[in-house]
Amino acid sequence: MLQYVAEGVIFGSIIALGAIGLSLVYNIMRFPNFAHGDFISIGAYWGVFIAGLLVGMGAPVAPFSFGWSMLPALLLAMAASVAIALVVDRALYRPIDRRGGDRKTLIIAAFAASIMLRNAIVIIYGPGDHYFTQAIQLAKPFLPGVRVTNDEVFVVCVAVVAVIALHMFLTHTSRGKQLRATAENPTLASINGIDVASVYRLTWILSTGLAALAGVSFGIIQQIRPEMGFDLLLPMFAALILGGVTSIYGAIFAGVIVGVAESLSVMLWAAEYKQAVSFVVVVLILMIRPHGLFGEKP
Amino acid sequence: MSGLASYLIFFVITATFYALLCLPLNLQWGMTGLMNVGITGFFGIGGYAAALLTGPDYPGSFGGFGLPVPVGYVGGMAIAAGVALIVGGPALRLREDFLAIATFGFSAVVYLVSLNFNGLTRGADGLYGLPKPFAGYGLSNFMENLATLCFLLAVLGLVYAALEAMARSPWGRVVRAIRENEEAAEALGKNVFSYRLQSFVLGSAVMGLSGALYASFIGYFSPQDFLPMMIFQVYAMVIIGGGGNNRGAIAGAFIVWGFWSSSGAIIAASLPATLHTQSGAIRVILIGLLLALMLLFRPQGVFPERRVVSRDAELTDAK
Repeated sequence: MLQYVAEGVIFGSIIALGAIGLSLVYNIMRFPNFAHGDFISIGAYWGVFIAGLLVGMGAPVAPFSFGWSMLPALLLAMAASVAIALVVDRALYRPIDRRGGDRKTLIIAAFAASIMLRNAIVIIYGPGDHYFTQAIQLAKPFLPGVRVTNDEVFVVCVAVVAVIALHMFLTHTSRGKQLRATAENPTLASINGIDVASVYRLTWILSTGLAALAGVSFGIIQQIRPEMGFDLLLPMFAALILGGVTSIYGAIFAGVIVGVAESLSVMLWAAEYKQAVSFVVVVLILMIRPHGLFGEKP
Repeated sequence: MSGLASYLIFFVITATFYALLCLPLNLQWGMTGLMNVGITGFFGIGGYAAALLTGPDYPGSFGGFGLPVPVGYVGGMAIAAGVALIVGGPALRLREDFLAIATFGFSAVVYLVSLNFNGLTRGADGLYGLPKPFAGYGLSNFMENLATLCFLLAVLGLVYAALEAMARSPWGRVVRAIRENEEAAEALGKNVFSYRLQSFVLGSAVMGLSGALYASFIGYFSPQDFLPMMIFQVYAMVIIGGGGNNRGAIAGAFIVWGFWSSSGAIIAASLPATLHTQSGAIRVILIGLLLALMLLFRPQGVFPERRVVSRDAELTDAK
């Protein structure tokens, strides 16, 4: 039982990192970004590419299964993924938005971007699995009845640090406050002299950066596949809705809940149906509490 | 000659299955403005319903009712409609894009169940040996395909005529009004939720019919027959053909399916067999590119929506 909870928290921390970006884009660009999952994959593959360049730093550093190369790989993967997101925004979303395209058009555009990016990965890296390391790490006792690997602890710690950093950014810097103001009321924000275009850019930087971080983290503890991010889309949407779409913190907390729920579900039904948990969460929330756990009542 | 004719018949049959998904999506997305991302879910449910109702008895799994083929069509439609009611109800009461998320999850769950619920769907093995409507009359393969083609085109014509009549009816004007301005439609006393749900359930039923027809003509149904990729293809077809225009939706099915088939042949011929997976990916990217360019430069599609007003109203240009 506790073991399942621990595994759920690990998985949930990755969902939470991804759900933040989904929530940011939803609240600022106002559309559910169906391409978000693919930026998780892109982040992971950039990580593989960059870590591959830094062979000299690849030797595992105790107590982890990866070497020092992971740190530059992590940061550069985030930057490189953001660059791709900005190109997609400039080439696709911005022009559509400028021509008065509605949210439904943007959703379709995100679909097109998603499928192109995913297949670009297949062309470059092939459909098979990739790994950061071939080393196998043994799970060690962490708490009574809970065994986790050091890598998994690292992943959760990275997520916690990222969330704290995001919180500080949103509450203590003027750029962060501008972002929150735009999310709350874009018209009022622009009247008050906030440069909405730069807020949009910032939104892509934050959401894609965190998605890439989630991707590299997920790649550390699991195999890297072209569909890895797309498969996370449903749990992330579930977290978005469960947290109440307007609340970024809600999405983070709900991400962990979805992860734990998915992990605990194996006690109820066969593991093959794990991924159905997110759908059940979405439907239940829509029926029982449509504004989510932390969202504002409409 | 007969090889080419056979290929053409096969091409049109496949495109017609897609057209039978494009027309209902055009009703939901094009006319009513509903983002149904669960196309494959309804297609899959229709296919499995028909397969289980009409198919043979498989050892160790549910089904094998062996009912007449038309029962499978009606059953596929009815079950898809019922499921659409259950999924659409909670989602449509809320924001419009919640429907996109809920139906996206729904199609994922249908796929998951079809792949893993061996007692019902036989998993990846699929349901085979399904009765075909034109088998058993001593027809040659070619004639059987020709009969299938005629039957499918007749169904397509019927569905088109019905949806076109609806689009021109007062009902059609209300759903387009909801698409254009929900508040205004509501202010005119229209029950927005109810109209949306009607459109969603009706469209999903036709998607179920498409799945049922597909299962009965192929004689086999498995998770491979409704991969998530299909959702994207059908959207590309409707948008490229022209959202809101039923003829455009049918044309889009043929244009995109033609593009898809021919690009596949060209890529396969120009790349070595060792790059097989890559060539598949290139094909998908080409369709994505086509759709993106369309969204950017001709969002109204090849056949844009025409203004449809009541025949009793006088058309006056507001400008």
